[in-house]
Amino acid sequence: MFVARSIAADHRDLIHDVSFDFHGRRMATCSSDQSVKVWDKSENGDWHCTASWKTHSGSVWRVTWAHPEFGQVLASCSFDRTAAVWEEIVGESNDKLRGQSHWVKRTTLVDSRTSVTDVKFAPKHMGLMLATCSADGVVRIYEAPDVMNLSQWSLQHEISCKLSCSCISWNPSSSRAHSPMIAVGSDDNSPNILAKVQIYEYNENTRKYAKAEALMTVSDPVHDIAFAPNLGRSFHILAVATKDVRIFTLKPLRKELTSSGGLTKFEIHIVAQFDNHNSQVWRVSWNITGTVLASSGDDGCVRLWKANYMDNWKCTGILKGNGSPVNGSSQQGIFNASLGSANTSLQNSLNGSSASRADTKLTGVTLVFCCLLHAHRNGKRSPFSPSPAPFDLSQDTSSLLTTKYCSQSLFKTRCVRFLPAQFDTDGTPDRKIFGEASCLEKTINNPPKTQNFHQNIFLKACKIKR
Amino acid sequence: MDEPDTEPPLVVVPGADPSARQLCFAWGPAEVLVCETLFGRAGTGDGAPSSSCVFVVRRDQDIYIQTLRKLFNESHGIFMGLQRSEEELAGKSRKAQLVQVSKNYRSVIRACMEDMHQAAVSTQDPALQGQYSTQVSILSAMELIWNLCEILFVESATAGPLLLRLLDWVRLHVCDVDSMVREVLSSESPSKHKLFWNVVDVFVLQGRMDEARHLLSKEASANPTSMNMYKILDDLMKKMPVPSLSNTQTLTELELKWQHWHEECQRYLQDGTFASNPHMESICKILLGDEDAILEKKELMTTWYHFLVTRLLYSHPTVKPLELRFYAQSSMDLFLGGESSPEPLDMILMAAFEFEMHQVIKECSIVLSNWWFVAHLTDLLDHCKLLQSHNLYFGSNMREFLLLEYASGLFSHHSLWQLGVDYFDHCPEYGRVYLELHIERIPLSTEQKALKVLRICEQRQMHEQVRSICKIMAMKALRNNRLGSALSWSIRAKDAAFATLISDRFLKDYSERGCFSDLDLIDNLGPSMLLSDRLTFLGKYREFHRLYGEKRFPEAARLLLTLMTAHIAPCSFWMTLLTDALPLLEQKEVIFSAEQTYELMRCLEDLTAGNPDKQKFQEDDIETTKVEMLRLALARNLARVIVKEGTVEGS
Repeated sequence: MFVARSIAADHRDLIHDVSFDFHGRRMATCSSDQSVKVWDKSENGDWHCTASWKTHSGSVWRVTWAHPEFGQVLASCSFDRTAAVWEEIVGESNDKLRGQSHWVKRTTLVDSRTSVTDVKFAPKHMGLMLATCSADGVVRIYEAPDVMNLSQWSLQHEISCKLSCSCISWNPSSSRAHSPMIAVGSDDNSPNILAKVQIYEYNENTRKYAKAEALMTVSDPVHDIAFAPNLGRSFHILAVATKDVRIFTLKPLRKELTSSGGLTKFEIHIVAQFDNHNSQVWRVSWNITGTVLASSGDDGCVRLWKANYMDNWKCTGILKGNGSPVNGSSQQGIFNASLGSANTSLQNSLNGSSASRADTKLTGVTLVFCCLLHAHRNGKRSPFSPSPAPFDLSQDTSSLLTTKYCSQSLFKTRCVRFLPAQFDTDGTPDRKIFGEASCLEKTINNPPKTQNFHQNIFLKACKIKR
Repeated sequence: MDEPDTEPPLVVVPGADPSARQLCFAWGPAEVLVCETLFGRAGTGDGAPSSSCVFVVRRDQDIYIQTLRKLFNESHGIFMGLQRSEEELAGKSRKAQLVQVSKNYRSVIRACMEDMHQAAVSTQDPALQGQYSTQVSILSAMELIWNLCEILFVESATAGPLLLRLLDWVRLHVCDVDSMVREVLSSESPSKHKLFWNVVDVFVLQGRMDEARHLLSKEASANPTSMNMYKILDDLMKKMPVPSLSNTQTLTELELKWQHWHEECQRYLQDGTFASNPHMESICKILLGDEDAILEKKELMTTWYHFLVTRLLYSHPTVKPLELRFYAQSSMDLFLGGESSPEPLDMILMAAFEFEMHQVIKECSIVLSNWWFVAHLTDLLDHCKLLQSHNLYFGSNMREFLLLEYASGLFSHHSLWQLGVDYFDHCPEYGRVYLELHIERIPLSTEQKALKVLRICEQRQMHEQVRSICKIMAMKALRNNRLGSALSWSIRAKDAAFATLISDRFLKDYSERGCFSDLDLIDNLGPSMLLSDRLTFLGKYREFHRLYGEKRFPEAARLLLTLMTAHIAPCSFWMTLLTDALPLLEQKEVIFSAEQTYELMRCLEDLTAGNPDKQKFQEDDIETTKVEMLRLALARNLARVIVKEGTVEGS
């Protein structure tokens, strides 16, 4: 993994949420400055802010995109006790010329009497539906019966959860075997033993949502919750962000029509629990195939969790800030070329593998040094450090781990040896070419002292063989 | 293996302060957005740093390297060929086929390596050059590992040929000797060159006897005094028995010959025949497989696996595959001699010599920066039926797991995703679901791209994705007021509600402007017209216009009436239809029959009487006039038709 671009968001206050649209070509940001901004990716990959407008009269907590089948539609929720639905209007040649688009408010949902903490569109097979939850403990489900007229939303369901709600997640399964389902998390931190995750299921007979399950094992405040994409499984996977990251499976049991009135009962198992954040976890979210879970915690890190084909969950990558100030004028730059080789070892995270021991010793700052080194060699100014102060090449970098490892790489000389003869332009191995040490060589250069999922499998394999 | 838990790789997000702030993030199809935030608190309101940046984090870096495109594209072809070749052949020819596939993969790696090398040489930018040469070394390491796997697993060479293959492998990958040879041979008198004996040694170490003898003959001719010594050594080297690829000699035969030759060498060494020349003596020792003598040439061999192969050549030429593990381990220990610890590449090769296929794959996925290598190698080994034979119940799952990872990576690239489709097709368990999830995220930036994605989905009967893509395109067209395109997309999506909505827009446009847009589309609706009532009406109404334009009045009149009596036309549109009937009623010849006229009159009365807001008709002057005119026209027509019909009957 590597940071490919940075985009100066230019919000006047804290950003609370970023959101990709379905295709990953647009994004929205929302902030305490009460505004939402929409960004579009151009053909050459640059991001441009195409709209920025005041949406609420309080901090905007969340912003989310509807499925493109319903057009270009956003929903936002705010401390001002409302949620709002926005639609992009095409036309007005003036705007187009300026590269700006125009968003109009289609509706304001004012039913909550407290801060609206989360807003989520239902899976598209259910039509255009929107769920909100609020600090007063109510989940509300709205529907736009006419997708061409987004100014009409009717409140379909009001679910009282009894506890202050912080987050909701729709079950994305479109299988006929699964009724619509929504999970609700509560950040209520009064000392009680009530379950902080509740699961509500739509009952075809009563046409109401009823509580199907409560995760009794989760009694600490919950900050985020996320169902994984279903992949055609019969059971559901739910990630919960509380004082740690937890992954549950919910396996529907056979419906007992007589006793529970058609409600599904579940067999619940906890399949993973990670306390690596060492503190509160604030966000959890699945990638589009539900194979990688990302979580963000009070340690300032985003951690990526991945299961291998033996269903062992492992942390496969960490994103962490380096704490160095970013200059306000920094614009999106192409990190890709300049940081390429320096980051090669980092992308191992993608491979679900771990870097060598040397990498783990690196602090953020030294890594940035390494990155800058390459950036300077490239003749480009580093986009995120215009001031030469702490990262000047003139300073002695020999004490840096990266520098050391890069220069004493044994591997690079070995590489030369197993190159075929035609690669030697002048009869002798071109040492100059191989002089540029890279972090990948460094990775290869150091024995793998790390544990990762493959090794785990291997150990199991060994046992089987014996 | 005891492995401590260590931290996974770290990506630095510049600027964010991990002690005071947290990160919020969002997944996209190919990228992750990351941004600094503070959870659990409302904004400060007094203006937090306005410089906060959103970072786009990408996952698969190698996918974006231009020069690797060739590798991805060409290996895709080989992969597909391998999947198609499924089990047609049995036994020997099947093995030959698989070896050929393996060789093809290797030649793609080599071609890619050459391109990369060219790029590194031609570029002026040192950073780029560094990047390229890194890639070259990674590719060459891949090729080295793949080649060994090919010998041991794919071809599974037996005792005898195994050694020949390993010799080829070493010769192919330990290449700095070639430059040395060139240097020596191009000098004025090779035998005087300081590297002369080094070159001879290298040839002997690699078992390249003919070349060694050729060089030695040069030295001999320059040194007539020791002619005899050279002759003996030359003879020994010539007589050395080697395993043959053909089955003409048995292993025992070879062993016997070899024993004999070995004793002869031994005799000469003990005789002190070569005592006067230390170089030749050491060569003789090497021929005898003297480990110390071989180890002395460590510098020339450079790697432990070269040492291993040399050692096998001169002491165990008939080594069996399963004995390799023992020799490999001891060779590595001897060669490294506790000075340096083995590197990942050494571990991978060692695992291969130990026939630990899963260990090879595992180690490779740790050190290599992309899934290409492991995915393709595992697939090949799976086709060799090697993963099952090791009795690992997840054998085929591992192949699929790695292919899924590789193909998912391809999908994050704006054009390579098309290769990913085929990889998903060959993952029986989750391939389809993955494809469904990935393909609907392909940005539909142009109609062509949408059609391309659509074709892929249609070929695989992915109905829901087809519907969704069409719906998205229809919505997009509608938002941009391209009604024709919107209609054709919604017909493709078989979305009745949306087709109704768009038909209404067409009709509304017509009643406002008096003409239709996108005529050719509406004229050619065909059976798809039946998708929704409104669309049927739109099509039929347009047909009426055509008939009228072609002056086929009776047919036009009949159609117009049917539209109302069969309740195909929405009530709101009846007035327009009746107004359209006016010119027909006023034609010179009678068009509507008496019965039809009565029907029309009934329709008009239904409309005026049945309309709840009658007020409108009374108050609106134009509407009233229209109704009056219609009534008049209908009455006159009725009068004419009665006369006409009466006349016809009378005559």
